[in-house]
Amino acid sequence: MPRVRLTVALLLFLGMFGVCASQALAQAPLHDEQYPQADIAYGAAIYGSKCVTCHGAQGDGIGGVNLRSGTFRNAVTDRDLDRFIRAGSPAGMPAFDLDSAEMTGVIAYLRNMNAVDAATVARGDAARGQAVYDGKGACAKCHRVGGIGSHVAPNLTDIGAVRSPASLQRSLLDPNGQMMPINRPVRVVTKDGTVINGRRLNEDTYGLQIMDDHERLHSLVKADLREYTIAKVSPMPSFKGTLSDGEVADLVAYLLSLKGQLP
Amino acid sequence: MTRGLSLAFVVALCLLPLCADGQVTNQRLAAAPNEPQNWLTYSGNYYSTRYSPLAQITPANVKNLKLQWVYQAPVAGNWQTSPLVVDGVMYLTQRLNDVVALDATTGRAFWIYHYTPAADRIVCCGANNRGLAILGSTLFMGTLDAQLIAIDAKSGHALWKTAVASTKDGYSITHAPLVVKDKVIVGVGGGEYGIRGFIAAYDVNTGKEAWRFYTIPAPDEPGGNTWQRCPPNSTGFCDPEAWKHGGGSIWMTGSYDPQLNLTYWGVGNVGPDYNGAQRPGDNLYTDSVVALDADTGKLRWHYQFTPHDVYDYDSVQVPVLIDNWANTRINVVTWANRNGNFYVLDRATGRFLLGKPFVKVNWMSEFDERGRPMQTPQPEGQPTYPGNQGGTNWYSPSYSTRTGLFYVSAWEDYASIYYPAPSQYKQGSNFVGGGPRNFGPVPGAPGLGRAPINSWTESAGHGAVLALDPKTGDRKWTFAMTDVTDAGILTTASDLLFTGGREGYFQALDARTGALLWKVNLGAAINSGPVSYRVGTRQYVSIVSGLSLSVFALDE
Repeated sequence: MPRVRLTVALLLFLGMFGVCASQALAQAPLHDEQYPQADIAYGAAIYGSKCVTCHGAQGDGIGGVNLRSGTFRNAVTDRDLDRFIRAGSPAGMPAFDLDSAEMTGVIAYLRNMNAVDAATVARGDAARGQAVYDGKGACAKCHRVGGIGSHVAPNLTDIGAVRSPASLQRSLLDPNGQMMPINRPVRVVTKDGTVINGRRLNEDTYGLQIMDDHERLHSLVKADLREYTIAKVSPMPSFKGTLSDGEVADLVAYLLSLKGQLP
Repeated sequence: MTRGLSLAFVVALCLLPLCADGQVTNQRLAAAPNEPQNWLTYSGNYYSTRYSPLAQITPANVKNLKLQWVYQAPVAGNWQTSPLVVDGVMYLTQRLNDVVALDATTGRAFWIYHYTPAADRIVCCGANNRGLAILGSTLFMGTLDAQLIAIDAKSGHALWKTAVASTKDGYSITHAPLVVKDKVIVGVGGGEYGIRGFIAAYDVNTGKEAWRFYTIPAPDEPGGNTWQRCPPNSTGFCDPEAWKHGGGSIWMTGSYDPQLNLTYWGVGNVGPDYNGAQRPGDNLYTDSVVALDADTGKLRWHYQFTPHDVYDYDSVQVPVLIDNWANTRINVVTWANRNGNFYVLDRATGRFLLGKPFVKVNWMSEFDERGRPMQTPQPEGQPTYPGNQGGTNWYSPSYSTRTGLFYVSAWEDYASIYYPAPSQYKQGSNFVGGGPRNFGPVPGAPGLGRAPINSWTESAGHGAVLALDPKTGDRKWTFAMTDVTDAGILTTASDLLFTGGREGYFQALDARTGALLWKVNLGAAINSGPVSYRVGTRQYVSIVSGLSLSVFALDE
């Protein structure tokens, strides 16, 4: 009898611990290791059939929503995500009546969407990678993380939330192939002969915005330009051969750790 | 509309119960171009030309247009409504299913009718409503939970409500109804939920269903054999009863020819969208135009733009009717289709007269003499042009009787890569059978997006206004945009063309040359079509951008 009571008490204690633990887990930022690969793979299939129509294969089909970031304005925890997906949104997303396995899979996939190609990439040590970033790589000469570095090249403060491991690795080894078209270097000559070289920030039918080589913002009216050329060669050098495989892996790990959080 | 109505037709219309003084009679609807001060149907007239006979605003003075008033919608989201204007009162829908009556000169509201669609509504692509129909002093609205509601235009109170279909099966209504004689015609959305689509007509006074045409025929009906049996040795998944979930949604308003008494409707994609292997056959009447007898709903003819579609090429575009096509006596329906081709069909018979790409097309190579496309599926992993959103989509085109040109908002150099996958139907669940990927310039690069930061740039397609000669399908001019466009087009009797785009500009072009004459940045994407109307002596142009409806006019 005492043994039974003890067992019951132990189970109750463990049960309470279990509940607390799972709640804590649901509240905490989660890493890909915490979701079984089978769930992620199943979720990818569910996503491909139910979500892709609007959100797109890369999770960016809805303006202002980047599912690959793994963080969501309206859903901090997995339980929030579950509720949101089941209820839909008045802004346009329908409610999805997923069974529990489907929901588990979709959430696992959403949390790891940006890491789907992680297995194909060697990831080293983030601290060592930061040393490479600051030292041999001299990345801050053009890039910026937080408040340190230059504005000339794209800001990397949240690069780990928007680029996958393989994409980051490719960017280091083949910058031209991975350069986003919006970031292309541009050369502008205004009608009064002023020459501006810089990085494109935005463009529409009538104008464009540029960060010039001296970290100045320009907004230009196309009708006022004598010349406007867009280069397809990235000013960033390839680190193939200048960094070892290990250093590249460390740098990838560091970049992946940059999720845009405030210090 | 250029032809007059026959005396018999007018007499017949006047016998209808809703022909009363001061009200929007059937005669007024049929002769809408004769009262340019008003905008009486979704596209302005039964021919769906979105052409205003007003000419106070001209290419010379359009630069002086001034904002007169703004109406702000209370619910966030993609606002796609196109208003009606009747004798100084503007009627419009706002999300989710509200109707608002405004003073068309000040924007102040007379009344707001609130309807909350059932919580179990399912809408694949945004909780949209695109507008209203009117007859007498009654407005008609379809709802996200597939109801049809009649509303008193004077008080904003509901008069009757009819259940068109069930939300449990994935049905919804997002388009503006069309009134023809004593019936109000609507179709159902739900093409991504395995619906069996239909178009139905309801008595304007009672809401009682008068006829129904299923856009997916049953096996024993004409066209049923285009849902073929699964091959006995089929290795992949094949659904022997695919027609039951065959899609064929209706989500844009049709057109009407009073002389032929035919109403023309574009039919949406087949279900599931991308996995053709599980539904062998042409899959009629998906991706087709159907010409229905307006009194009975009987099919007079059909033409299928994309047989056995695997690209989500809904053919829901607004059918634009043109008389005396190419200096002949043939009256036609013209169509810039999502599949990238411009079509001309004899609207009495459905005979194929012309088909020609207006953007880059590689899913087909040519037409046979009956207008059937020779399909050229691209190898796995290769881009298909046009992409998933199409060469155009639901954005209203326009036709000007003055310029003789057909205007369409297009996506150029835009492709998708398609990945079909088996899809088992489950009631109320998404049923698309795979999916498309946008064909971008950097494989695997994330973060591609559109306005306000256009990271797609010129590398992944762009928007344009195209002016097409309906006689040949040839381009007369192109107005290229950097971003894509989902905006409809309005033309006027002063040869102005108004349109917008994702960038948020509302712009006026010379309809004869495509030259930019005026623009204003409204700050959010334009996802609707402009309308024009007159109150007193003053011409107004309205447009929805983001959550704002903005109205412009010249200073007095």
